[in-house]
Amino acid sequence: MNPLSKLLEAALFSSARPVPTEELAALDFESSSAAVQSALDELRETYDNNGHGVELVELGEGWQILTRPEYTEAIERAQLAVRPHRLSAAALESLAIIAYRQPIGRAEVEEIRGVNVGGVLKSLHERGLIDVIGRGEGLGRPLLYGTTPLFLEHFALRHLEELPRADELAVALRSEPKPI
Amino acid sequence: MVTIAPDVDNAFVVDLAEFQGPLDLLLGLIRDEKLDIYDIPISRIADQFLARISTLGLDQAAEYLEMAARLLRIKAQMLLPRHGSDETWEDPRAELVRRLLEYQQIREVVDVLERLAEERRARFARAYIAPSGFPDPAPAPLALSLAELLSAIDRVLRMAKDPTMHDIFPRALDVDGAMSAVRGLLLLKARARWRDIVRQGAERWEILSALLALLELARRGELSLRQANPFANVFITRESTLQAA
Repeated sequence: MNPLSKLLEAALFSSARPVPTEELAALDFESSSAAVQSALDELRETYDNNGHGVELVELGEGWQILTRPEYTEAIERAQLAVRPHRLSAAALESLAIIAYRQPIGRAEVEEIRGVNVGGVLKSLHERGLIDVIGRGEGLGRPLLYGTTPLFLEHFALRHLEELPRADELAVALRSEPKPI
Repeated sequence: MVTIAPDVDNAFVVDLAEFQGPLDLLLGLIRDEKLDIYDIPISRIADQFLARISTLGLDQAAEYLEMAARLLRIKAQMLLPRHGSDETWEDPRAELVRRLLEYQQIREVVDVLERLAEERRARFARAYIAPSGFPDPAPAPLALSLAELLSAIDRVLRMAKDPTMHDIFPRALDVDGAMSAVRGLLLLKARARWRDIVRQGAERWEILSALLALLELARRGELSLRQANPFANVFITRESTLQAA
């Protein structure tokens, strides 16, 4: 590996959070961003080709070294690390709506889900998955929510455009049901 | 609790807790009955819906009851005789269909998010925990030019709504003079008090000059200052080295 790849590896290893490309580039002012990009590619290929237990993943607007899925069970059994809790169905539904319709107010989320979402939005906000990104027009100037970088991290997305476009969704019920 | 007699086939019991609300329950009914979402037999669905929610406690029923009322209204509207041609007739179910399709779309996104989250959960990141108990790194030494300092002051002053400005006239202190006075005094007596050095009703500049003179002489080792406790008399003692000199 070239020296820059090693430097990036050390920096990524030392960070608990994904490191944005710009911050990696700031480690060595002499290197161009193209050099940083190719060094990242080299690091990823090294992990992929030389049989490493970890891999380099681009997510949440940054880069992170993660363990490979095949070792998760053994690691968890040995209680070295635990998987985070899954989000509830209610939380996922609200997140899905916010991800696609942001900025969006609580009333609109409730309109789409058909249920009260006050508590769900509060806990999503506390977990840092959504944030207030503005205020709407109209009565009481309602808070408008949007997703955060942590949302991208949680779902290992690089950006929101990685989610399927609305017109790509199958919408199972749109097709005529088959005769019984 | 009011129970509505189920007049439809209610062979299997549905646990409403597994539904994410009235839209989810409706979609479930439509799926189970293999119904066409664009041509929902509203009377049948309304009856089934009521049957399913009849077991709900009042606290969780509000959202379901609202939907039940909506279904019954649509059912009534469907029964009204249609005026005019078929083209101008507005299907009372249209809004419900739109909402169901919209909700179904969200459920598909939830499936995608669930899969993505599961993939991410199956990998661990470095579990670095910032060491506690370590002091924050010392701030870098302050380095700024006079121009930067003045412009910062200017910014602060402009932020203040109505700054009270004072003109300061520097008034020279006579530290050297006070030092000679103290030295002179200590030649006469080995031990003196603050009162001996600063006369009653001294000017502010005289007090400050005397204080600075004492501190300077103490720093130079010509005298020592002792105060038994706060606000007690300060004793000024000639240092032995001076005696020898």
